[in-house]
Amino acid sequence: MQLALAIELKGITKRFPGVIANDNVNLSVEEGEIHAICGENGAGKSTLMKILYGMQPADEGVMKVFGEEVTFSSPNDAIERGIGMVHQHFMLADHMSVLENVILGSEPMKRGVIDFDEAKAHLVEVGEAYGLRVDPEDLIESLEIGERQRVEIIKVLFRGAKILILDEPTAVLVPQEVEELFRNLRELKADGATIIFIDHKLQEVLEISDSITVIRRGKTVTTVKASDVTAAELAELMVGEELPTPDTTDSTVTDELMLSLENINLVDEDDRTVVHDVSVKVHRGEIVGIAGIEGNGQSELIDAIIGIHPVASGTIMLEGVDITKESVRHRRELGLGYVPQDRQEEGLLLDAPLWENAALGHQTGRPFSKGFWIDRQGARTQTGMIREKFDVRSPNVDVSARALSGGNQQKLIIGREMAANPKLLVAAHPTRGIDVGAQADVWNQIRTARAIGLATLLISADLEELIGLSDTIVVMFHGRLVATLDPAEVDPRTLGSYMTGAALGETRDAPDESPADGPGPAREKEGES
Amino acid sequence: MNNPLLRRVMLAVAAPLLAGLFAVVVSAIVLEVSGSPALDTFRTIGENGLKLETMIDTLNRATPLFLAAVAAAIGFRMNLFNIGVEGQYILAAFLAAVVGSKVDLPGVLHVAVIIATAMLVGALWSGLAGLLLVSRGVNEVISTIMLNFIATGGIVAGLLPRFIDDPTAANQGTPTLAESGWLPDLNGVVEIFTREIGKGRELTGVLVIALMVGVIYHVIINRSLLGFDIRASGMNPLAARVGGVPPKRMIMVAMIGGGLVAGLVGMPEILSDTHAYDQGFIQGLGFAGIGVALLGRNTSAGMAAAALLFGFLDSSSAVLQVRASASSEIVVIMQATFLLAAVVAYEVVNRVKQRDEVARAVRATTEMASNEAAVSA
Amino acid sequence: MIELWNRFNALPAWARWPVLASLGILLLAVVQGVSGTQLLTDEGTANAMVRWSIPILLAGLGGLFSERAGVVNIGLEGMMVLGTWFGAWGALNWGPWGGLLAGLVGGALGGLLHAIATVTFRVDHIVSGVAINILAPGLARYLSERIFTGEVGGSVSQSPRVDGFDKFTIPVISDILQSIRDLNWFWISDIAGVLRGFVANLSLFTLLGLLLVPVSSFILWKTRFGLRLRICGENPWAGESLGVAIYRHKYMGVIISGALSGLAGAFIVLELSGLYRGGQTTGRGFIGLAALIFGNWRASGVLIGSLLFSYPFGLSLVDFDAETSGEATRALLLVMAIGLAAVALWALRSDRKVDLLVAGGMAAVALVWYLGTQTAASWLPNTMPYVLVLVVLVFASQKLRMPKADGQPFTKGAH
Repeated sequence: MQLALAIELKGITKRFPGVIANDNVNLSVEEGEIHAICGENGAGKSTLMKILYGMQPADEGVMKVFGEEVTFSSPNDAIERGIGMVHQHFMLADHMSVLENVILGSEPMKRGVIDFDEAKAHLVEVGEAYGLRVDPEDLIESLEIGERQRVEIIKVLFRGAKILILDEPTAVLVPQEVEELFRNLRELKADGATIIFIDHKLQEVLEISDSITVIRRGKTVTTVKASDVTAAELAELMVGEELPTPDTTDSTVTDELMLSLENINLVDEDDRTVVHDVSVKVHRGEIVGIAGIEGNGQSELIDAIIGIHPVASGTIMLEGVDITKESVRHRRELGLGYVPQDRQEEGLLLDAPLWENAALGHQTGRPFSKGFWIDRQGARTQTGMIREKFDVRSPNVDVSARALSGGNQQKLIIGREMAANPKLLVAAHPTRGIDVGAQADVWNQIRTARAIGLATLLISADLEELIGLSDTIVVMFHGRLVATLDPAEVDPRTLGSYMTGAALGETRDAPDESPADGPGPAREKEGES
Repeated sequence: MNNPLLRRVMLAVAAPLLAGLFAVVVSAIVLEVSGSPALDTFRTIGENGLKLETMIDTLNRATPLFLAAVAAAIGFRMNLFNIGVEGQYILAAFLAAVVGSKVDLPGVLHVAVIIATAMLVGALWSGLAGLLLVSRGVNEVISTIMLNFIATGGIVAGLLPRFIDDPTAANQGTPTLAESGWLPDLNGVVEIFTREIGKGRELTGVLVIALMVGVIYHVIINRSLLGFDIRASGMNPLAARVGGVPPKRMIMVAMIGGGLVAGLVGMPEILSDTHAYDQGFIQGLGFAGIGVALLGRNTSAGMAAAALLFGFLDSSSAVLQVRASASSEIVVIMQATFLLAAVVAYEVVNRVKQRDEVARAVRATTEMASNEAAVSA
Repeated sequence: MIELWNRFNALPAWARWPVLASLGILLLAVVQGVSGTQLLTDEGTANAMVRWSIPILLAGLGGLFSERAGVVNIGLEGMMVLGTWFGAWGALNWGPWGGLLAGLVGGALGGLLHAIATVTFRVDHIVSGVAINILAPGLARYLSERIFTGEVGGSVSQSPRVDGFDKFTIPVISDILQSIRDLNWFWISDIAGVLRGFVANLSLFTLLGLLLVPVSSFILWKTRFGLRLRICGENPWAGESLGVAIYRHKYMGVIISGALSGLAGAFIVLELSGLYRGGQTTGRGFIGLAALIFGNWRASGVLIGSLLFSYPFGLSLVDFDAETSGEATRALLLVMAIGLAAVALWALRSDRKVDLLVAGGMAAVALVWYLGTQTAASWLPNTMPYVLVLVVLVFASQKLRMPKADGQPFTKGAH
């Protein structure tokens, strides 16, 4: 028996300068099913969904929604057809309220002005119907990540969407929140919704989906029923070969202390404490991984180590030298290397040539400068070496950094940091958004460096990466260090429960401090665990 | 079209050329609509331009414009919009004229003191805005503009009456500087190559200073470590900070540096022309200089070319006024239209360049990869 | 003390300002007693303050619309210049209403230019604004040369005289306030006097300007257009994902800001100078921007900022007209000294040492200046607005919150 098709894509092709993002892609989604789209980073899943949602036009191909052929010129058209998209990077205005964010674009009107009462009533109604609770008057910036995602989902349901597209929804969630999300999705499905779900975490995909379509390098590989396939088979379909995993090798940890954070307290610009009394030690030859949900103080801690965030109290010692009040430049000169979490925003000068980018962070001293002057020759030679050793694909060292792909940009950054022979490397999400091959390269580089004595502080949202690379894992929650774990003995679930505070018996949104500390106002407990 | 060098030259030249064309067309339309024959006007401008005296006049006008542009450009390179050049140069010129009229020194020293005073005042006034930004986060656009008014409407307006030479004169000003404070002109040098310069025109000696400033600016920005830090801060302030560039120090350096150069803007008039600060002192050079900097894309060569262009147009304005065949104000329209069209054109061409570069790089990299594969096969 | 402070903070915004204003008037009344001048809370002063605040207010509201849409508009000054020229030209041809409308349109055209450059071509916002500020006066000069020279009183740098709107006084309220004024009660009568300045001797244009404050607020926060415009300034990509026409709303925001600035220019010509003259905007477009920042990007805040920045000048107008020329302006120094001393005290309690030094130092300077002079020269009130802007920005810059995507270029479809 053939169920009606909610979505049918045939022969969708989309080209960008230099790359074919979607190459003759076919997709068939049945009404009322949960359909996953799998593929590694850069395979073309996001582009496909943007086309489906009307954010970009396809170059070739046919789209059918509920049996009717359609062309979308803007998200409005898609919304009208009952398609709603929950984006991976939330599309929310921080300074505006939940209500304003939700109704935007579909504002209920009365006598020429917005009918806020009607809007609020409808929002609450939708929320309750699907078990998603939010307060319409809250400002987005006061909400935690899971709550913001709920707002995104309500946004979509508010408009009566029957087909929901979720783009990597679990990327920012820990296992317990993922379960909550899946519960909501199943309820939505029971109410007749069709769900399309982009993900590359195979366990999750197998758990929640009815059907799975695999996309690799812009082409559809196959579509299978979830019940017919195993994780290993899926992985092979996605990558064409086995997924490499970070594996644990012999310990190279010494007892020479390289980085020592003692009782670090940090405040934000509103004088709220964001990091409480954190102490961490990293030794030569050791990788210490910091686990934690975004927004629990890790970024501020890293910024403090780099020298961008002032330290309210506590000390930072690098190889025995107190660097708490030292400038960023001086810390770098002392051997601190940094791979920033957002390579384009924090790590590169996009319109400068590669050799100037290679100098960034190391421009004082050889080989990049001689005294007052920049040493162009030295810089170019060094960049050439980095390019070769770290496999940065580019025609030469003179192209702008903008011309490199994301993966190559990341390799350049890692290369320039490693080439400076740092004593301590701070790496924030070092393999975010780069393809599997490059990811494996990066892991190897880090491990090789570790073997010869590099001390590394690693932050990552990729729990596999964290568990696989680290010698020790510390967990941050609400600005405190709440656990120190041995990666060999921990599993993602346990790690997740520490990251959400559940392991400590706390709920995520009611810290036991006074409202003056801790992110977000104290609110009533919602019974999450 | 595939020759990379040719392509690069064309892209570099395309924007100003397109903008210039646009400006000429718009000006022609404006002229015709308001009843002046466009072709006649252009011909007058052109003929006048070929005269030696006009060239001297152009250089004289271009010199302070260039200096003002460099002053602004130092900040622009760091995405600091130092609109305060106007107030800085006027305040600097006034105080330099006052100091210069009070000291009695042999020639070189006298001139040096005047210049040093001007540069110091400019640096302090600009540094004040920098300090406000660094310590209190006060937006530099607003603070420099406010300081402009405080300088001209407050300080100079308040202090000038105390130093006036002759209160009965129509054009009141500070006492004329003794000749030891006069900078000799360059006519002698020019006349080696050309005929005698007529109409009493004198080529200002400050031109030499301007050239030196231009060279120093170029070398420091492009070749030095300091210049690297400045450019990085301008391209991506966060990445620069993460890369060790001290943000507050950079801001102060840029503002003070800009102020130092801004102080020189009034020097042609003080040292070579009127030899005093009076009520007729030329205003508006600061804003014009900002336009020149934008046109010249903050590079020494570009700003020099733009300064010459604007200087030439200003010079033509005087001619148009005399001939009365067209409104002399059309010059300002030409300049402003050119500026606006140029900034738009730069943006468009820039984007084309970027896309071009990305596409070429991708092509080249894929070629390399397939070559490798072929070799290893 | 702290309890009072907390209760004060608990009041809604619209209630807090009147309390602060009353306290301010108390300060003025006290200083009047001490220094002997009567002009600080004089109705004439308040009236002048209101009148002279309108150009700044309108420019500030213009900035509000533009920046809420995510576009920084430094070119407000240039658009104001266009407003002055077109205002004069319109008034010469069609009377005051013609001037008002022509000024509005002239400014809007400038806004359109800025919008094309920044939204369509993604030129840097400040660069485009600066270019417009260079273009506008030049265009005005050229047009004056063509159109005004040859007329009586006209030249390349000014126009013939034009008439403004008639003045009127709001009945009933003004009478009530007058009677309170006549009672001569300390502080109460002062408040009445100041308030009367808002309702007596008003021109239609002034009233229009004041009314635009609640109207702007309403548009931005209660209408669909306003919500969509604001998303352009907070997170345009979010708006785009929901089908909001981002480019269109940005254009509208910038054109409106040009129109308002043009209105400001027309006001200067019609109500303040009586003619167009080159250079008459004297940086008020920028002061409007400062009022916007001071007002934390809200319409009511822009109003307060405009009044604050215009007060010294309004005072000086009345002051230098009377025989007591310069006395009231000198008294203003004492007001500033006391005000700065209060800031210094607050800095002391909040343990902000740098603020304490700066505020304390300036208070001392102001006090010494006051004690050392009998009257103040005219260049002082001319300069005070600019100094006031700096002082306000120095002490208040930290707590302000501008639209999140202000100044950022937006490309359709790229995210």
